[in-house]
Amino acid sequence: MPYIPHTPDQVRRMLDVVGVDSMSALFADIPASMRPKSFDLPEGLSEDAVLTRLSEIAAMNETGKASFLGAGFYDHFQPRAVRALISRSEFYTAYTPYQAEASQGTLQAIFEFQTAVCRLFDMDCANASVYDGGTAIFEACMMAVRKTRRTKIVMDEALSPIYRRMLSTMTLSLDIETVIVPHASGASDKAAISAAIDKDTAAVVVQNPNFFGVVDDFSDVAATAREHKALTIMSAYPVLASVLKSPGSMGADIVVGEGQSLGLPLSFGGPYLGIMTCTKEMVRQLPGRIAGRTEDKEGRTGYVLTLQAREQHIRRAKATSNICSNQALCALMAHIQMCLLGPEGLRRQAVLSMELARYAQARLTAVRGVDLLNDAPYGNEFAITLPRPADEVVAALAEQGVAAGFPLGRYYEGLDNALLVATTDKNTPEQVDRLAAGLKDAL
Amino acid sequence: MNTAFEKSVPGRTGCLPKRPVETADKILPESLLRSEPPRLPELSELDVVRHFTELSGRNFGVDSNFYPLGSCTMKYNPKFTEDVAAMEGFAKLHPILGQLPGTREWVQGALRVMHETEGLLCEITGMAAYTLHPMAGAHGELCGALLIAAYHKKQGNRKTKVICPDSAHGTNPASAALAGYKVVNVESQDGVITPDALAEVLDDEVAALMMTCPNTLGLFEPHLEEIVRLLREKDALLYYDGANLNAILGKLRVGDVGFDVVHLNLHKTFGTPHGGGGPGAGPVGVSERLVDLLPISRVVKEDDGYHLRYDYPDSIGYIAPLYGNFGVVLKAYAYMLRLGREGLERVAEHAVLNANYLRKRLEGVLEIPYDRICMHEFVASAATQAKNGVHALDIAKALLDKGHHAPTVYFPLIVKECMMVEPTETESLETMDAFADDLIEILARAENDPDSVTSAPVSMSVQRLDETKAARDMVLTEDLAEKE
Repeated sequence: MPYIPHTPDQVRRMLDVVGVDSMSALFADIPASMRPKSFDLPEGLSEDAVLTRLSEIAAMNETGKASFLGAGFYDHFQPRAVRALISRSEFYTAYTPYQAEASQGTLQAIFEFQTAVCRLFDMDCANASVYDGGTAIFEACMMAVRKTRRTKIVMDEALSPIYRRMLSTMTLSLDIETVIVPHASGASDKAAISAAIDKDTAAVVVQNPNFFGVVDDFSDVAATAREHKALTIMSAYPVLASVLKSPGSMGADIVVGEGQSLGLPLSFGGPYLGIMTCTKEMVRQLPGRIAGRTEDKEGRTGYVLTLQAREQHIRRAKATSNICSNQALCALMAHIQMCLLGPEGLRRQAVLSMELARYAQARLTAVRGVDLLNDAPYGNEFAITLPRPADEVVAALAEQGVAAGFPLGRYYEGLDNALLVATTDKNTPEQVDRLAAGLKDAL
Repeated sequence: MNTAFEKSVPGRTGCLPKRPVETADKILPESLLRSEPPRLPELSELDVVRHFTELSGRNFGVDSNFYPLGSCTMKYNPKFTEDVAAMEGFAKLHPILGQLPGTREWVQGALRVMHETEGLLCEITGMAAYTLHPMAGAHGELCGALLIAAYHKKQGNRKTKVICPDSAHGTNPASAALAGYKVVNVESQDGVITPDALAEVLDDEVAALMMTCPNTLGLFEPHLEEIVRLLREKDALLYYDGANLNAILGKLRVGDVGFDVVHLNLHKTFGTPHGGGGPGAGPVGVSERLVDLLPISRVVKEDDGYHLRYDYPDSIGYIAPLYGNFGVVLKAYAYMLRLGREGLERVAEHAVLNANYLRKRLEGVLEIPYDRICMHEFVASAATQAKNGVHALDIAKALLDKGHHAPTVYFPLIVKECMMVEPTETESLETMDAFADDLIEILARAENDPDSVTSAPVSMSVQRLDETKAARDMVLTEDLAEKE
């Protein structure tokens, strides 16, 4: 019996101790009328057979192709030591550190993770992560609504449309008004964003680089928000944050991000990592787990989960959020990645990714009929316009074994001919050459 | 022990990608760049490996310790599922490949896993369809509450309240509140929901009842059929919190008895490690009348293979950026294939047998407020010991010294000095006997030598930690610590 240790003799002895004569007597509380109408599942397989089947299914996926897909999810180099360390079972078979003294490994790692992401974004406080970058934006908006007691959220249309859609689902039944400020050919229209902020605004939400890859300085937007006593929420890309002007120095109050780029496998969409940081003033609104430093009675440094009085298990319907578990193992992975790469390693990842994007831009815009969507400064991702619908071009390139990029018409009206192209430190100039050659053929 | 930041040596590097030929200021205007690099640790690879290896030694985990943490289902997770999740064909797959013409063909394996997992979960629970998108149990609850709101809106019902029993997980009322509902409490009578108590709070404004069954006291709700009938009369939906599904696999299908929405904690019931608090996965199943409301995308099988479909006009929309925590779903899928029908039913039988055995072994020494056949977990109370000044928390800490993780303490809130014990099906008789013997010894000391219990733990890397100080001083990062 897989993973069940009892011998038949032990089962009999245990049933005797319980005082019942059979296993089925343990389920006597479930009336016959309520028993399953069917339980038609396949027979169990051996470990070998499952692994064989899953290897075959995995082989139905194509992962060896050149890919220029980003759109918020980026494949950066991960040192092998990361996987080795998070595979230590003391980390991955533990749970939420409810017994702090027996969980110092997890708690100190969370404390260090909080420190690392705060330093990356120049912020004061962080939590131990939420599910993903989109959830983090939603939770940040809820923080702002609670803190300001206002219900209007001003949002840049160049904020990830994937996250904007998540936010509208999660706020379906809430009294929250969202004002979307249109983008200007892929650049964030900062003047229009600032103009949309008024005395009813709880928060303004921007992203750097924005969904089109454009890098900006949102200090002026944050200043306008402050004048109106509204908060600034910024979503940032952690790897590029190692070189870009930091969200904290632009005056953001809450900074969130998708932590997947910090060495997490793409894994077809998850598990990923929602990073949440904020200023000291906002910490009591910050949802989820937070590790704090303290002492034991001998004066030795130790760590505990803290500020728990605002959480759901105590506050129930009045909690800051319903979030219970987090992405602790993913946060650990990201933290180990940051420790291994250090500031210099992260900088190199960022610069390599951005350099290759310039090379790609030059090669692609050399193809007849291909132009940049705009000439704004960008990071490692940029939008081009094509003489044909991007969907068709992507399909044609796929036949040549290249994932050309993200067709922007999926989410932006009028941009059916626009394609978003991303590069990371894992792409090569040779792959870019193949993309350029393929694009030339396809047009 | 020192943090990675304290161990940092300026100029030291661990694992660098190849050197870039440019610096950032040759690429972007200086006004868009940071002036100083972030002060992250500067360590060698061996520094990092030793640091985290040492940290791991300061943790209890299922592989090293008995972990009877009630309501968390800390069972042994087979190792082979990790190999599955790490397979290149899955780990390296960019999620958006599934959405584009031409590249959809590259992800047929992943889509098949999702489609078949949905099918297995439907059969296990008797629901009509599932979304795999919710990324944790509580996220599933929010998704479920939004589905309930969307259902009533579509029906034109005016509903403002959700009922949560006092024995519910704290996330239930929090999720209902987040979905815009007023939360109404129903008090348990002798540990369960009675039709009378329910009838008192049930009116036309009630959108749903959120139920956990077996509930957080480890008890099966005996009035389930009557409860379903009462709710149907008011056109209120029934939500099933599937965190405790381990107990009823093959014994009860919530869809068969009338539940409309259910979330499952894949990481609990279907054998994926809990990762120090995540990631998990919280798929949501629905009955026929809510299928059209499910989040998008959905995986469908057509003649030419698997597709992600988005054209569901009644859908609540996106609850996740992509398709949920695929890596966790994958492990659960492999686990279900391994165990199969018989294996899954055996999970429930042995989980329940173990809980009842341990309950019996402890009933003479701890107060068992509901001392009858329980499901996969039971609740004990240290109220008697507390009169001598030894509290549930002290007993929990003393257990750590014996090498056992503690049960969940002070939850559910309705039992004084509560200790909630869940041994799970993977624990042996010897392990449970050792735990019971150690607990009995601790309880004897609680009477004769209480100081020896209240001073626990003494064998961990730190002694009892000062939680009040942590909340008062709020040192939440290394930076703030330096400023002090």
